[in-house]
Amino acid sequence: MMIAASILILSAMVLMLIRARMGPTVYDRILAVNMFGSATVVLIAVHCYLFDQPDFLDIALLYSLINFLGTIAVVKFVTFSRTKVHTPVDDIGDL
Amino acid sequence: MDVIIHVISGILMIAGGILMLISAIGVLRFPDLFTRMHAAGINDTLGAGLVLLGLLLVSGWTLATVKLIMIIGLFYFTSPVSTHALAQAALSDGEQPELPSQSEQSNLL
Repeated sequence: MMIAASILILSAMVLMLIRARMGPTVYDRILAVNMFGSATVVLIAVHCYLFDQPDFLDIALLYSLINFLGTIAVVKFVTFSRTKVHTPVDDIGDL
Repeated sequence: MDVIIHVISGILMIAGGILMLISAIGVLRFPDLFTRMHAAGINDTLGAGLVLLGLLLVSGWTLATVKLIMIIGLFYFTSPVSTHALAQAALSDGEQPELPSQSEQSNLL
């Protein structure tokens, strides 16, 4: 069961990577990488039970935090990047 | 009783895996950024939630159960926040959602 779930999650991760390569805008890529990080967390938690290593759950907990912070940091960086040619449509200020 | 719990846990994990696959296919095939965000939301909440719920049933009453509940709670709280930040940044950058009148589907009416 857990091996089947791991194979399903891995095939989903491959599809997310295809979207990360293919996305026309940068926001598609940020979305795909965020999904990839969440799937990584689930994969690590499943492997904790497959390989009988109780430490992997702590790694999964930490990586879910890191994934969220990384997504917010990249979104903030892309929003306030100085290489943009046009001005923003809606001035949202600093987050 | 143990066999029943293991069977239910296996069904939950495979259902969660299938939902993550469906969400990834959706993100690959949807036409617009904002529709892709709809598909991506299934991955974090239902997909990861069901798989971790299946693991929760197997682990019994130990410390691992508390950690799994914390991971599920983290997903349920942080995933909408990152989706909202992404959508707000995309809108402020000028990405407009593709309305039905602009696509070819309006010929069906």
